[in-house]
Amino acid sequence: MSTLTDTPSDLPAETAHDPAGSRRAARRTLPLRVEAVRQLRRRRTAAMGALVVLLPLIILIAFQVGGSPGGGRNQDALLTVATASGPNFAATCLFLSSGFFLVVPVALFFGDTVASEAGWSSLRYLLAAPVPRTRLLVSKLTVALGFSTVATVLVPLVALAAGTAAYGWGPLQLPTGGALPTGTAVVRLLTALGFILLSQLVTAALAFWLSTVTDAPLGAVGGALGLTILGNILGAITALGGVRDFLPTYWAYSWVDLLQTDPQWNGMAKGVSVSVSYALVLFALAFRHFRAKDVVS
Amino acid sequence: MGFSLLRPRRALFAGAAAAALLVGGGTWTAVAGHGPASVQRTDQVLALPEAPGSAATVKIDTSYFTSGSSDVRRPAVLLAHGFGGSKNDLTGEAQTLAREGYAVMTWSARGFGASGGDIGLNDPKAEVADVSGLIDWLAERPEVQLDAPGDPRVGVAGASYGGAVALLAAGYDKRVDAIAPEITYWNLSDALFPDGVFKKLWAGIFFTTGSTDQSAASSTSQSGPRITATDDATCGRFAPDLCAMYQRVAVSGKPDAAAEQLLAQRSPSAAATRIKVPTLLVQGQTDSLFPLDQADRAAAAIRANGAPVAVDWIAGGHDGGDMESSRIEQRTSAWFDRYLKRDTAADTGPAFRVSRSGGVDSTSGTVTLQGASADAYPGLEDSPEAVSLSGPPQTFANPPGGAPPAVSVVPGIGGLGQLSSLGVGLSVDFPGQSAEFSSQPLTRSLRITGSPTVRIHVRADSDDAVLFAKLYDVAPGTGGARVLPSQLVTPLRVTGARAGADVLVRLPAVDHQVAAGHRLELVLSSTDLAYASPAAPASYTVSLAGNDLSVPTDPVLSTAAAPLPWWVWALPLLALAIAAALLLTGRRRHWSGRPAADPELVLVPLRIQGLTKRYAGSADRYAVRDLSFQVEPGQVLGLLGPNGAGKTTTLRMLMGLIRPDEGEIRVFGQSVRPGAPVLSRVGAFVEGPGFLPHLSGLSNLELYWRATGRPDEEARLDEALAIAGLGDAVERAVRTYSQGMRQRLAIAQAMLGLPDLLILDEPLNGLDPPQIREMREVITGYAAGGRTVIVSSHLLAEVEQTCTHLVVMDHGQLAQAGPVADIVGSEDAVLVGTVLPLDADQLGKVAALPGVASAEQVADGLLVRLAGASAADLTADLVRLEIPVQSLGPHRRLEDAFLTLIGGAAR
Repeated sequence: MSTLTDTPSDLPAETAHDPAGSRRAARRTLPLRVEAVRQLRRRRTAAMGALVVLLPLIILIAFQVGGSPGGGRNQDALLTVATASGPNFAATCLFLSSGFFLVVPVALFFGDTVASEAGWSSLRYLLAAPVPRTRLLVSKLTVALGFSTVATVLVPLVALAAGTAAYGWGPLQLPTGGALPTGTAVVRLLTALGFILLSQLVTAALAFWLSTVTDAPLGAVGGALGLTILGNILGAITALGGVRDFLPTYWAYSWVDLLQTDPQWNGMAKGVSVSVSYALVLFALAFRHFRAKDVVS
Repeated sequence: MGFSLLRPRRALFAGAAAAALLVGGGTWTAVAGHGPASVQRTDQVLALPEAPGSAATVKIDTSYFTSGSSDVRRPAVLLAHGFGGSKNDLTGEAQTLAREGYAVMTWSARGFGASGGDIGLNDPKAEVADVSGLIDWLAERPEVQLDAPGDPRVGVAGASYGGAVALLAAGYDKRVDAIAPEITYWNLSDALFPDGVFKKLWAGIFFTTGSTDQSAASSTSQSGPRITATDDATCGRFAPDLCAMYQRVAVSGKPDAAAEQLLAQRSPSAAATRIKVPTLLVQGQTDSLFPLDQADRAAAAIRANGAPVAVDWIAGGHDGGDMESSRIEQRTSAWFDRYLKRDTAADTGPAFRVSRSGGVDSTSGTVTLQGASADAYPGLEDSPEAVSLSGPPQTFANPPGGAPPAVSVVPGIGGLGQLSSLGVGLSVDFPGQSAEFSSQPLTRSLRITGSPTVRIHVRADSDDAVLFAKLYDVAPGTGGARVLPSQLVTPLRVTGARAGADVLVRLPAVDHQVAAGHRLELVLSSTDLAYASPAAPASYTVSLAGNDLSVPTDPVLSTAAAPLPWWVWALPLLALAIAAALLLTGRRRHWSGRPAADPELVLVPLRIQGLTKRYAGSADRYAVRDLSFQVEPGQVLGLLGPNGAGKTTTLRMLMGLIRPDEGEIRVFGQSVRPGAPVLSRVGAFVEGPGFLPHLSGLSNLELYWRATGRPDEEARLDEALAIAGLGDAVERAVRTYSQGMRQRLAIAQAMLGLPDLLILDEPLNGLDPPQIREMREVITGYAAGGRTVIVSSHLLAEVEQTCTHLVVMDHGQLAQAGPVADIVGSEDAVLVGTVLPLDADQLGKVAALPGVASAEQVADGLLVRLAGASAADLTADLVRLEIPVQSLGPHRRLEDAFLTLIGGAAR
């Protein structure tokens, strides 16, 4: 070992102000507020926000231009009562968007969050700041969860407002006949929202894990969306039988079970079970991978 | 699956039940089945007496199933098929029961399948006597358990037509020990002619099924008797007396006493007092052919005889819907386990069980069922609650010809009846043909379980009035849905109506929840599609005789939630375990643990010891190998080395970004690992800037500082911004910056908070000459304050001018370390200026001089490394060699020193 012992002897006093090492008063690193601001000012966040606000309005215009939707079969029956009231319109928008549309912001917010930092090279500066790796993931995960929740909530909220303006405030007419009083309807819609959020955890976790693996944000987001598409395709193959119960997307619409006089919980329980299970493992994979990863981006 | 009028009429009477029993199918081999145990099957046509005591015989096509050793005696089970079916419908269930340890016999009843004879509608002297013949045959089998010689231990099960023969066999043959009839009749006359009204749609289906050749349509593998010459197109295989009766009733639209008597004689009710065996009665809720009251009367009669009875109301029925076949098969099997095998541990289930809709599972599109059970069967008029009806006397018409008819049930329309429990109404009443009496909205929900009753007064302008009573569940609001529970109606014939008559109406037995706020509405109409009503026009006046509708309830019935599969709970727990395992294992040892701070090094900005990092996936290719050096406060250390020397890898390890394979880095005595707090004393600019492009330069710096979690006042933002020198551009988004601007901003970011150790990787790249000079001053000034700076650079001249100390790396290893002056002067090298470049010959001579290590032609002249000789000696020797020397001086340039140190290997 070589030692650079030729030290200037006239050390200015300034250096000695913290001789004990690193005991500076560091509060929590990467606070949620800071991470939220970092993400919030991004164009993709604004674009996604605009999209979720616009979607119900576009659907509303489509109904206004194209007239009230006609009859359909099975689940589509919800469309037949879409224009019955504000809550009906909100439920319809939720139905139309929960299968794929709402998956996009979730995949985006979770898939992009770490990978884009790696892409910008800002990740290494955050880590050297230093932000502990687990703390960084927790912050990013929490903020992505918050953004996804807001996006998911905005669709029915805007739809409820727009639908009430267009079709009036009233009970939720059920496609099978009968109606839910407004109070019950609102509670049911909130429950449906909660279920949709939980059922999207699997997409979120996959996107998040991929985000820690790749430096390409598009890869992480696309991978998570690909899972949804693949899940939907496999879910349509009835020959798979009971295997489909364990497809992460198979129960995506089971919240529709709430839109009947006696809500049915089994499908949602299964959906939450499957989604939460996949999510736990995938989130754990993300943390396990990232905490030991050599950051070379 | 139910059957539909739209489909070919096969297996009609068996209806959905037969379809359920078809599951599994059968094979036509001696050894059938591929389950855990093989099943022996024997097909045999038995010749049984045409009537008891007669010499003539009729051929009965049978199959006999056993499994396992024939040495063990076991109880026998007879499985009877539904109307229009054959023994083949039951092969699957028979094999299952055989595996469970029963000797199972199936047979095609007279007039069906490959059996001979006429359909006698379970004539005690024909079909029922056949069962006794089969029991005689079973008594001879060595593997069948006997209660007494000639008396085997035997149970009978079947659905619909087959269920009736089970009841009848128990009534007419004392050797039967237990029965499990499903969706069948107690009194066929009541079922087809309720209250003297002809149930024309169902009866029509019933008789046309028997009078067309079902076996031709439903079976291709059988070669039994075909339709004989005595059959004609209208009677088919029906016995002539039955055929004549049906034709008579169908034409008149009204049953006569002879018809009622004929059917009643052949019904289980005729043997009511003799059925004394344990009976499992399964009846369908969506069954307008054999409604729940048929099972109710059977239950009452058999219980009165002292035998155990259980009643199970399934969701489906002859009208369609979920037949719950697998559950019923299991329950039947348990019933026989208890009463044939006498296994007292067998769970025969609750005495009363009702399947209730738990709503639609939209993912699978099926109705979820929940079971409600009670320890006793309460009958159809238990725990009545009074609901007040009101309405004025109303007069309405019976339209001539009975058309258009009101619509309640359409036989075989599928599971639509079940939708009534979901709030879907399908019924049609025509105005002017009905009277309505409504209740107030219910203040609380009410579960109807049984037959509601109401007393009405009927007056007509004809002697004979036919009315159809139904009880609607009406949702609130205008246009609220009107639901007819299970789509069932009660027909009633009022004789002597011209004088006016009080009638007690027993509405259909249902299990239906009426929600709070809904109204109950009693409707009496003059027509119904499923029934024959008088063709002559008439006018009826109906009023309430007493205001109360008596609604039976069964508060004891308790609903169990629909069971969730086990994995709903197990899967998240399993996932949690996997997640915990993933997080708790796989921690890299090198980074876990926290070595204590080294108190001797608290003032040493950096000490690297034995640092080694291999390339990913390689065991012996090193990015950094056994690197050790130490940096003291106030130094400006130059980290030099060619590309690939491992400089950047070293700096990344220093920042905690990548993991060393071996060795240790200590910053101010603290060991470096990812996120180590001591890193807050290190500012770094490594491998280019990293900013959020959508934010301004200022926001980037501010947010970066806040991410460190340290107080804003420590940031020294103004000083950093002054170093960046971006002016107003600091407010613009970083994506608009030039490379140089980003570079300066990144260096400013590294200096935020004035860290004690500043690491700059190629800091002068992309800067113009004035900026380079400025940056040099910044670096020098920064260290002059007592802080430490590490600069890695390829601009050797800058390093020479800026740094106090040098670390030279090559191939991942330390080449040299020390003060700049030492390294530069570490070797006696002399640069000789010559007029002309030397040729190879002259070079060789110089190199061969004593005290000279090497001689090399470089761009500026001749580079000579001395090994003992002095510069004066060299000059003398060169002159002696006649080499024209223009100049001679010490070779002091760092670049040359650098090249010298790393030898030729870097090139």
